[in-house]
Amino acid sequence: MKQEMICITCPMSCHLLIEVEGKQVIEVTGNACPRGKEYAINEITSPVRVLTSTVIIENALYPRLPVITSKPIPKDKMMDVMREIDKIKVQAPINVKDVIIQDVCSLGVDILASRSMNKMEHEVNDGKY
Amino acid sequence: MRKIKCVIIGGGSAGLSAALSLVKQGIEDILILERDQELGGILNQCIHNGFGLHTFNEELSGPSYAERYIQMLETTKVKVLLNTMVIKITQDRIIEYTNPNEGYVQIQADSIILAMGCRERTRGAISIPGYRPAGIWTAGTAQRYLNLEGYLCGKRVFILGSGDIGLIMARRMTLEGAIVCGVAELQPYSNGLPRNIKQCLEDFNIPLYLSHTITDIKGIDRVEQITINQVNSKFEPIENTEKVFDVDTVLLSVGLIPENALSEEIEIKIHSKTKGPLVNESYMTSVPGIFACGNVLHVHDLVDFVSHEASKTGLAVARYLTHDLDMDCGYPCSSGQGIGYVVPMQVQPKNIEINLEILFRVNKPSKDTTILVKDGQRIIKEVKKRHLNPSEMEKIILTKDEISNITEGIQVEVAQ
Repeated sequence: MKQEMICITCPMSCHLLIEVEGKQVIEVTGNACPRGKEYAINEITSPVRVLTSTVIIENALYPRLPVITSKPIPKDKMMDVMREIDKIKVQAPINVKDVIIQDVCSLGVDILASRSMNKMEHEVNDGKY
Repeated sequence: MRKIKCVIIGGGSAGLSAALSLVKQGIEDILILERDQELGGILNQCIHNGFGLHTFNEELSGPSYAERYIQMLETTKVKVLLNTMVIKITQDRIIEYTNPNEGYVQIQADSIILAMGCRERTRGAISIPGYRPAGIWTAGTAQRYLNLEGYLCGKRVFILGSGDIGLIMARRMTLEGAIVCGVAELQPYSNGLPRNIKQCLEDFNIPLYLSHTITDIKGIDRVEQITINQVNSKFEPIENTEKVFDVDTVLLSVGLIPENALSEEIEIKIHSKTKGPLVNESYMTSVPGIFACGNVLHVHDLVDFVSHEASKTGLAVARYLTHDLDMDCGYPCSSGQGIGYVVPMQVQPKNIEINLEILFRVNKPSKDTTILVKDGQRIIKEVKKRHLNPSEMEKIILTKDEISNITEGIQVEVAQ
């Protein structure tokens, strides 16, 4: 059976054509890079996504720190991971790639800071104007 | 008056990349004027991943992408003024700005790079009927509230327009616990990247209503209910196709327009389709010495393309500053049938060192199409494209040889 799919690995959005037998991928065409093939196989067998969100940060320029999963996580675990992320509060300073949660939901994936935020000595914007 | 070789207005992805490109050419007398309290521009609120695949061969979040450039900039002598608002530029390249430390200041620039990015179209731009209650935001405003300030601006949401920011916000608000009831798109096709339709809507079972628009908004203090209708080929609502949604929030993702307030005042020529300045192969506007790149020039799909364009602009500005650019305007570069717009709009072949990149968008989706590049009736180049989509910017590269003997001008068109 042939299945059409759009690769979402990067914004190139390659149109993939996948030859599938049951849950087995026979052939992938239309991909511009090897990651397209990997995506197609994952998407048929066990779809994964990179998850991004924010956690509360204190004494920084903004009251939120953006975070990202260190690797893609199973699609059906996104809400579980969001609940863990929601519990976190950190203090500035934070460096990009600092581990914010280690091995979240025992998935073997860390939640990392996706930017650095300096400690603000004065005029912290705590969301109140 | 203080004199500076190059003043860059805007410290987002375009401004940062242009500055670094100039530094590589040995020009360090650069000043970046940024109105926000930090560099990075809109990238700082785009916390989703997908940035930097072309530039860094990695998939970064927006803030990470910005941080890479900011760190590179910190190793240079480029000066940056934050919280600084440019209030006027002149044709002679005098810049007037204000900030809390210096008050009102005038400086003289040898060259200016416009890198102010774009802004979102609002409800006023698309005339939605109905009441005017609270709860109607542009998607980017909601994104700023949520990702920088930590406020979720609604619990039940409907999104008008399938632009990428709207799609990204559909997913983001769903993850944060809001219910996104649907996305309506006036066109019969989506305006967002296919990847965003898939991972932002389909992943969360959010319906996309193509050829639909909002025909009514109800609510006195806050949005309470909206009505959408299907539209015909003239975009007129069709009777008896109403669908009603009880929502407290409407997000608008109905297009972006280059930020032209400064440019228009000095009569820089603006293109009717891109809504940004007309530029030549060196990204110079109709006013000599004033250049433009990034989303202030035309709205890009990917930040990587903005960085690339800005980097090329930096190169051209360096050549301008060393009087290495031929200032004769050359030949027109225009859009033919099936093409929405092309950038650049003017080409001087003498200024092309290796090749000319022509960026364009098509008017409507198509499959297995041929793009023709012509000089009058003569075909310079034919390129086959498997998929063409208005939401995806296309690129054709012409070599120096291919454009060396142009007689009439370059025209890009979709073959019939």
